[in-house]
Amino acid sequence: MISEDVNVILPELILAVYAMAALMWGVFTGKDRVAGPLIWLTAAVLVVLALWIAMMPAGRAVAFGGAFIDDGFARFAKVVLLIAAAVVLVLSADYMQRQNFLHFEFPVLVAFTTLGMMMMVSAGDLMALYVGLELHSLSLYVIAAIRRDSLRSTEAGLKYFVLGALASGMLLYGMSLVYGYTGATGFAAIATVVGAEGVGLGLLFGLVFICVGLAFKVSAVPFHMWTPDVYEGAPTPVTAFFATAPKVAAAALFARVLFDAFGGAVVQWQQILAFLATASMILGAVAGIGQRNFKRLMAYSSIAHMGYALMGLAAGTGQGVQSLLIYLAIYVTMNVGVFAFIMTMSRDGRPVTEIRALSGYARERPGQALALLFLLFSLAGVPPLVGFFAKFYVFVAAVDAGLVWLAVVGAVASVVSAFYYIRIVYYMYFGEEAEPLSGQMPWPHGAALWVTAVVMALGWLPSINLFGVEAVAQAAAATLIP
Amino acid sequence: MTVAGYAFYLFAIVAVAAGLFTVMARNPVHSVLWLICAFLSSAGLFVLLGAEFIAMLMLIVYIGAVAVLFLFVVMMLDVDFAELKAGMAQYMPVGLLIGVVILMELSLAIGSWVFADAAPKMRVAVAPAPQEVENTAALGRLIYTDYVYLFQAAGLILLVAMVGAIVLTLRHKEYVKRQDVLAQMYRDPAKAVELKDIKPGQGI
Repeated sequence: MISEDVNVILPELILAVYAMAALMWGVFTGKDRVAGPLIWLTAAVLVVLALWIAMMPAGRAVAFGGAFIDDGFARFAKVVLLIAAAVVLVLSADYMQRQNFLHFEFPVLVAFTTLGMMMMVSAGDLMALYVGLELHSLSLYVIAAIRRDSLRSTEAGLKYFVLGALASGMLLYGMSLVYGYTGATGFAAIATVVGAEGVGLGLLFGLVFICVGLAFKVSAVPFHMWTPDVYEGAPTPVTAFFATAPKVAAAALFARVLFDAFGGAVVQWQQILAFLATASMILGAVAGIGQRNFKRLMAYSSIAHMGYALMGLAAGTGQGVQSLLIYLAIYVTMNVGVFAFIMTMSRDGRPVTEIRALSGYARERPGQALALLFLLFSLAGVPPLVGFFAKFYVFVAAVDAGLVWLAVVGAVASVVSAFYYIRIVYYMYFGEEAEPLSGQMPWPHGAALWVTAVVMALGWLPSINLFGVEAVAQAAAATLIP
Repeated sequence: MTVAGYAFYLFAIVAVAAGLFTVMARNPVHSVLWLICAFLSSAGLFVLLGAEFIAMLMLIVYIGAVAVLFLFVVMMLDVDFAELKAGMAQYMPVGLLIGVVILMELSLAIGSWVFADAAPKMRVAVAPAPQEVENTAALGRLIYTDYVYLFQAAGLILLVAMVGAIVLTLRHKEYVKRQDVLAQMYRDPAKAVELKDIKPGQGI
């Protein structure tokens, strides 16, 4: 029995063994001198795992008595988050080298947090969910504070840790209520009880607390307070990491819990999700307007984007989950490109994150400015760029589920948030000449920026058709909601 | 009431009272001592329940290791707890308000608490019947067979915690003199000491 289980979790097992071996290698050889090669090696391992998981035959396997589920939905999320983690890891090497805080533990911790994320999206049991979530969060707390001689970075790590511990407490409390009511921790068993006897008051409380804990992880309003501070305080590569893979994992986990365990109580959680989505979209759009710091702006941008993603979830249908997966894939691609650019913003060797510093950038480097323009327009959801289609799918899913008002709020918030994306473009093209940025762009950053920009600019063409993500996401969503 | 009944009330009252004093004690060292008292009485409660293995674990792990370690930390760290508590008065009213609201809502939930019909049976199904297996064997089966995945993952979490603590705090200082065992062993006594013939009254 155990050998079959091990076969199911083989990718996770390989990543765990790799992370421990890499840790040993780093400790017993050159310490921080091996950090550079270790980053590339870890990224290679992540990409290989992503390709392997993508090639796996369709089908559903369950291991360890239902604690671990390997299905199309989990595989889709895993491929997206593995590739995002690998790309951000490669991009971060140069920045950390320049700022002199490249520790060999960084790639190891990224490998561990990625492992936690893979466990999260495959969780089939409340306990497995919690263990995966903690493995993932604990590594994130550490890498947020990894630049330990910087006060801001330490503060970011501490703030994230304290609030994260609070969210974990909420989550655990909700789980204990759910267990108390249903007598089971497995999603399948909970679903059976919910299907047979409906959702009582106690179970509803548990559901609400679980939603609160998970909303914190996706930084949905009103549990978003940590996001701007952590994004601004953490070193830029770490912020880039925060804005990509963990969002995919948390949103996918959200969908997993709601549909696998509480699929029979859609009406009960639909209003919670609709509220989270509405509040996130509005606050993300309005609060971002006053921001002067690019990283802080991206924090509010990510809050707003998570609102749209949760809108797909709030639809409560297979179509909604499909739109959620498409949204996550497109969102991650856009963010990787934008952060590849932010990481190279520097003047005289010191990183700069002020938006005003981009004044007149287009006259200096027209090519990079154009690439960033495509990405920002795509983030804003300007048609016909790919970012528009991400929102389009979500809106259609919401309207089809009868949530017309939610789609209307989303459209209005999207227009409001377009202001702050376009303002950056305005500074680049029409801003008064300021002291120019002097940073060079290494080739991985240039490649990431251009590839994502071209994808955003041309992915909508009928001959490319979003690289077929629609059909893949549909198949993945179908495994979650048959 | 039997002896076991009296023992139960003794341990239970002591446990609750000790928990209360843990929170209320002004001196953190006293808090830890009360905590140890609470652990001790809960170990007694476990013995009464027939879970002697867990009771011994409480004694050895919680009291013997965790609490004592905690005591050392509290006594060795130079933390001004009065200063830490200074901000509490400021946030107390808001915190109390939220606490009361949640408590009221929860009492609403617990007041009309209904277990699912299937719940008791499902809860029992996880663990083997106590008549059939011993405590230790049952625990071993749960931890190392049924929940081995969770157990190993929890181990990974502890590993990450350790790595994190080292990453964030370990500093290799340049001027610290470390012991180099090999250098000490390969040192040649003949070359280590040199005799100098110094003429009286001149110095080196």
